[in-house]
Amino acid sequence: MGKLNVLRHELVPEHHLVKKEDEDKVLKELNIAKDLLPKISRNDPAVKALEDIHGPLEEGRIIRIVRKSPTAGFSIYYRAISGEIFK
Amino acid sequence: MTTGISKRIYRIQFGLLAPEEVRKMSQVKVITADTYDDDGYPIERGLMDLHMGVIEPGLKCTTCGGKVDECPGHFGHIELAMPVVHVGFIKEVKTFLDSTCKSCGRIKLTDDEIKTYRERMSAYNLSSSDPEVIGIMSKKMTDEAGQRMVCPHCDTQQSKIILDKPTTFREEGIKVTPKEIRERLERIPDDDLVFFGFNHEVARPEWMILTVLPVPPINVRPSITLETGERSEDDLTHKLVDIIRISQRLRESRDNGSPQLIIEDLWDLLQFHVTTYFDNQTAGIPPARHRSGRALKTLVQRLKGKEGRFRSNLSGKRVNFSARTVISPEPFLSINEVGVPEKAARELTVPVIVNIFNLDSVRELVARGPEPRDEFDKYLAGVNYIIRPDGRRVKISTQNAAENAERVEVGWTVERQLNEGDIVLFNRQPSLHRMSMMGHTVRILSGQTFRFNLAVCTPYNADFDGDEMNLHILQKEEARAEARIIMKVQEQIMSPRFGGPIIGGIHDHITSMFLLTHGNPRFTEEETIHIMSYIDVDSLPEPHSENGRKYYHGRDIFSTILPDGLNTKFSSKLCSGAKEKCEYEDDPADKEVFIVDGKMRHGTIDESAIGPFSGEIINKIYRKYGAVETSRFIDRMTRLAVGLISLRGFTTGIMDYDIPENAVSRIEEISLDAIDRINKLIDTYKKGQLQPAPGRSVEETLEIEILSVTGIARDESGKIASSYLGLSNPSVIMARSGARAKMLNISEVAGMVGQQSVRGGRLNRGFYGRTLPHFQIGDIGAEARGFVKSSYKSGLNPLEYFMHSIGGREGLVDTAVRTSRSGYMQRRLINAFEDLKVDEKKQVQDTVGAVIQFKYGEDGVDPTRSENGETVDVDYLAFDTELEVEE
Repeated sequence: MGKLNVLRHELVPEHHLVKKEDEDKVLKELNIAKDLLPKISRNDPAVKALEDIHGPLEEGRIIRIVRKSPTAGFSIYYRAISGEIFK
Repeated sequence: MTTGISKRIYRIQFGLLAPEEVRKMSQVKVITADTYDDDGYPIERGLMDLHMGVIEPGLKCTTCGGKVDECPGHFGHIELAMPVVHVGFIKEVKTFLDSTCKSCGRIKLTDDEIKTYRERMSAYNLSSSDPEVIGIMSKKMTDEAGQRMVCPHCDTQQSKIILDKPTTFREEGIKVTPKEIRERLERIPDDDLVFFGFNHEVARPEWMILTVLPVPPINVRPSITLETGERSEDDLTHKLVDIIRISQRLRESRDNGSPQLIIEDLWDLLQFHVTTYFDNQTAGIPPARHRSGRALKTLVQRLKGKEGRFRSNLSGKRVNFSARTVISPEPFLSINEVGVPEKAARELTVPVIVNIFNLDSVRELVARGPEPRDEFDKYLAGVNYIIRPDGRRVKISTQNAAENAERVEVGWTVERQLNEGDIVLFNRQPSLHRMSMMGHTVRILSGQTFRFNLAVCTPYNADFDGDEMNLHILQKEEARAEARIIMKVQEQIMSPRFGGPIIGGIHDHITSMFLLTHGNPRFTEEETIHIMSYIDVDSLPEPHSENGRKYYHGRDIFSTILPDGLNTKFSSKLCSGAKEKCEYEDDPADKEVFIVDGKMRHGTIDESAIGPFSGEIINKIYRKYGAVETSRFIDRMTRLAVGLISLRGFTTGIMDYDIPENAVSRIEEISLDAIDRINKLIDTYKKGQLQPAPGRSVEETLEIEILSVTGIARDESGKIASSYLGLSNPSVIMARSGARAKMLNISEVAGMVGQQSVRGGRLNRGFYGRTLPHFQIGDIGAEARGFVKSSYKSGLNPLEYFMHSIGGREGLVDTAVRTSRSGYMQRRLINAFEDLKVDEKKQVQDTVGAVIQFKYGEDGVDPTRSENGETVDVDYLAFDTELEVEE
């Protein structure tokens, strides 16, 4: 049995890794410092699934999440990888 | 007043209070359990010693020399005869006893373990790291040490220590006295404390066993003097008296060499008193009680829970400049107004700061005194107090008004009584949404109650069965401006919950508007003038005439309150109440509301046009003309409604539910038929021939089948009953217009009440195998399971009545359970969302600036300004522009 990729599940929104060189652009667009971005645990299954594709991701990398939204059709959300393990 | 941050907290140090520290901060060693002598003077070295502060005027604090309100109070201390355990640290004491050696006091970890753990711990600074992380690490280490039964350092065999709740420790069944515990804790070396997460400089474990008790300042536990001159002490003082008494007896017994048994009893008693002094609700011990039997309120009780210091005094406060009284309706007030009784208006004041421009008028105001009236004996605002620049307040009385008026200068503040037109905040609890507190302008009225327009009942969720509401007078110009611009009722017509109006006509308003427009009735000139005298119009609508008699159409009368240029069309809810095909289905004249340029062409005004939540016309007026015009429409609509319905009269009685004899017998037949079919179903079931529905058991299938039979029976009888009750029937008018009740309720009165249910199924609980002893055990027939075939009008037989009560009870229980549960849920949500804000870019942020949501609601739409959640109502826009182009 192959390893389950959570990102393939229909209830899991799309997760994309933001390229390192694009990070500044994203932050500038949002007009926000990186530490004020919402966080995602490095233990999050979605992050682990991304690591399978891109190799190990260090703390502070930005992930773009595209969700279905009942109000806006779809919405884009950003999270920075955090070293903390959330309970 | 200071603004901005005056001091920033650099760090907070948590530690234990050392006995030496307690003695150092103490101003007096309390040795007597007495408080006052016969003259009412505090006894020296007693619990009310003047060293600990003063509460009586005239006396001075011996420590700081301050008088009442100047002296902040000072601590004293009690030397306990024998040590006792502090209840708050029981858990910690247990870990220390478990994880350290009983003889050498070292933590029961091997030297190697100590070395590795110490390295790991050194990465974390005890005072600057996350306490939670340290807690988890320390728990792991202490657990490991606690498992060891032989000390790795001195090879002593360890024994298990059991905590006998709440405060007794036993080692192999033998009690370990607090004294012994303290000695063991003392043996633990400073170096080993890191593994427990303790910083030995500020917290030694033996400090968790009390040898000396701090006595809080008198200001913390003031005694009160009753009217009889009797003194009543604070609960804390009572508790301290107990502690000192027992401590003294214990000391004497010990020094006299009393038997060990007596000493132990006293020691336990001392432990009980100290424990309850901290927390009088400790599990496992009876709460200490007052002589009257009331449980004492000790330290923990002061802080904890809804009535505790945090929730009651720090997060919630009592305010001045507010009033509370019963509410009652007043249809002649605008929705923006609130009627305030004179009595309240005389007490409530608005501060007026005197300047060169208002000096003369303010002097005149002050000269009027505190109870002025005009020549018609009508209320005039007076002045209660004037405040000098140094903050001194001068009370104005009728006698001193004139002379004080002369004294008023620029820079003084005058507390003026409430005036008509002042903006105030009006609130009804529970304040569940922002419309629970709105700005109103004041109207001074005679009487004792607050009054407001009935259209405002919905946002407050108020009725007049004894509800009380609160009124707050704004004290600052900024607050008044804000209230006028964003809090006024007219600004709150649109609800952020669903993007439609939450304010609109209710009950009689809807009934009346329905009567006015349904079938476009005719009104004589006299009637029309009467109705329209309730609103501010200069001219009557276009008259029609027939046989030389002038008459007016209801829809024309209604059109007078519509703003010019209003275009809209929608279907009234006329047909939604009717079963099967509605008699107005194809009759646009009655069903389809059509308004062009503020003239109502046809249709019927009902709940969907002017009601709260749905109000189509209110919605359209608000979008096109704004808040002011909408409030004017609601004001005039409600007045017009009262005008018509008070002229026409409207009532209903039991006679309105009379249906012909043959209809009654047909309903009877239906119910008998239903019972018959149920019996047949049960027969098939008993024979085992019932086919189960997919995914259900046979029993479930049977219940579902029976429920559908009873449902059909009720609907059928309802249909028969309502076929005889047409739109001339007041109850039907109310139900069909949406004013009150549903057609279902009418069929319950005239036709049949139907199957009663609990939790969605037929009644089945009560006795063994039956609901009541009147039935055979195992009877699952219609009557035995709560089928009510009577109507309310014909009356229920005793069994049916009982079944009906069971069904009714469920609703009551549900609401009771729901309110408490949703209340707590709401509290948690409010606390979570408290400080969030939406910035200019529609980003939702917390106080730190961290983003919660990149775009508010993901689409950035303010639901208040949306059309039922949608950005625009395209159909309406098309309709509106089409008409405008035509012109």
